[in-house]
Amino acid sequence: MTVWGGFSTKWYVELMHNQGIKDAAWVTIKVAFISSTVATALGTIAGLVMTRFGNFRGRTLFSGMIYAPMVMPEVIIGLSILLMFVALSINRGVFTITLAHITFSMCYVAVIIQSRMSSYDDSINEAALDLGCTPFHTFRLITLPIIMPAVVSGWLLSFTLSLDDLVIASFASGPGSTTLPMKIYSMVRLGVTPEINAVSTILVGLVTLGVIAASIIGRRQKNTN
Amino acid sequence: MNRKEIQIPNFLKKAFSGRNAVISIPYIWLLVLFLLPFIFVLKISLAEPILAIPPYTSFFKWGESWLPTIQASLDSYLFLFSDSLYINAYLSSLKIAIISTILTLIIGYAIAYSVAKAPTRWRGVLLMLVILPFWTSFLIRVYAWIGILKTEGLLNLALISIGIIDKPLTIMNTDLAVYIGIVYSYLPFMILPLYANLEKMDMSLLEAAADLGCRPLKTFWTVTIPLSLPGILAGCFLVFIPVMGEFVIPDLLGGTNTLMIGKVLWTEFFYNRDWPVASAVAIILLALLVVPIMFYQKSQEKASHEKVWQLQYLCLSRRIFISVYSYYSTDIV
Repeated sequence: MTVWGGFSTKWYVELMHNQGIKDAAWVTIKVAFISSTVATALGTIAGLVMTRFGNFRGRTLFSGMIYAPMVMPEVIIGLSILLMFVALSINRGVFTITLAHITFSMCYVAVIIQSRMSSYDDSINEAALDLGCTPFHTFRLITLPIIMPAVVSGWLLSFTLSLDDLVIASFASGPGSTTLPMKIYSMVRLGVTPEINAVSTILVGLVTLGVIAASIIGRRQKNTN
Repeated sequence: MNRKEIQIPNFLKKAFSGRNAVISIPYIWLLVLFLLPFIFVLKISLAEPILAIPPYTSFFKWGESWLPTIQASLDSYLFLFSDSLYINAYLSSLKIAIISTILTLIIGYAIAYSVAKAPTRWRGVLLMLVILPFWTSFLIRVYAWIGILKTEGLLNLALISIGIIDKPLTIMNTDLAVYIGIVYSYLPFMILPLYANLEKMDMSLLEAAADLGCRPLKTFWTVTIPLSLPGILAGCFLVFIPVMGEFVIPDLLGGTNTLMIGKVLWTEFFYNRDWPVASAVAIILLALLVVPIMFYQKSQEKASHEKVWQLQYLCLSRRIFISVYSYYSTDIV
């Protein structure tokens, strides 16, 4: 039982010496950074496909695969992706966690891009194509700069999704690749300690900073528009 | 002139194949990493558990003939239906999901209604307060509830110090703690779609009802509730589907008696290492949820064509994003 006994920074110092937590934090940041970057690229393409490619064969299945991961219980997603990795004898670790995170994050990015594209003025793309711009250059020079705020928020969302995920990471990870939520979860299972509160405080602080940064970027973007 | 005419078909052809290539990138990714895994789940749910790595029998058996024989057994499914633990876990999850959806609907409706009726300058702040907790980690928020609900926790200390109770209440590790955790965690998913709907409601309809002599309570039941039905449905889907498979909340806040199918699946997989049964549990859960998920997909697809979504920066956490999204596009169902 923990009782309040005054102020102390003891637990933060303890935390600095806890190699397990430091390793887990590093794994988490690595996974979050790589997965959010790839998920943003794939999700942006998927969002454009959903809005700008009209009807193509298998569109219903495609949109089903975009929307389903957002409500489907995480235990099902985690179990299914793990069983596939095992069946194909892919070694589990940082790589498999990253693949799993890319897969569910890209769906969120796709929906953000899709909703941004619903208010996109098509005539500027047509103008560029009329003037001899290739589809790829039209995307790079016209579409991408316009939808950039949505792309950035998609990246931020993917990053926090990956930082926050416990269930899918637990399934997709192997020995030696523990993420921070997994570490915190196993500490909580063993009992409530001030050390967990110290980690939690640091995480809440970091997220607060991120939110403030994001809202400043958002406001600036709004002003320039 | 001639050159141009020759070039156009070539360019079209090129664009056409480029188009397919662009579609195929995310398509193949999702097929391989989202859809294909379910085939493996189905396959392993038909296998038998063995003590080996991986701990299940293989689907194909290579015998003397050049064609492999298929080894499939329905034992895992039969086991699920013969052991009352699993049926009870499904029923208990269903019960917890339904009760907590109703609780969140009642509380969420009250909050959404009062936010929608609040002066315009307050609405932004009130909505921010609804979303604010979602900027911190879900796990940490559930962990924080342990500190509040445990025997020597904040709630009991507060109640004892103001003299309402003499002995601490046992809330932690009971179903009550699970309901508190779920309602707390999922409330914004209910509030935001409801708010979006209520905010747009035409107030003159309520005035008309009042003018024609309808009492406020009757107006609420016969006018307000039916008009906000799309918001109610969206909110209920967003709460009900994920709660059915919830693992973290029942595991950390619930007791040994709290039976939820997400927890059973986790235990079968990680502790009992019975992968075929865990897969069968997942397949049946998926079968139960496939209809609500398809309803959800349909409603979201419809919604995405209608309204512009602007609150990109407000939503920085999982699932809350969908709510904020549907907040701006609630003409669904």
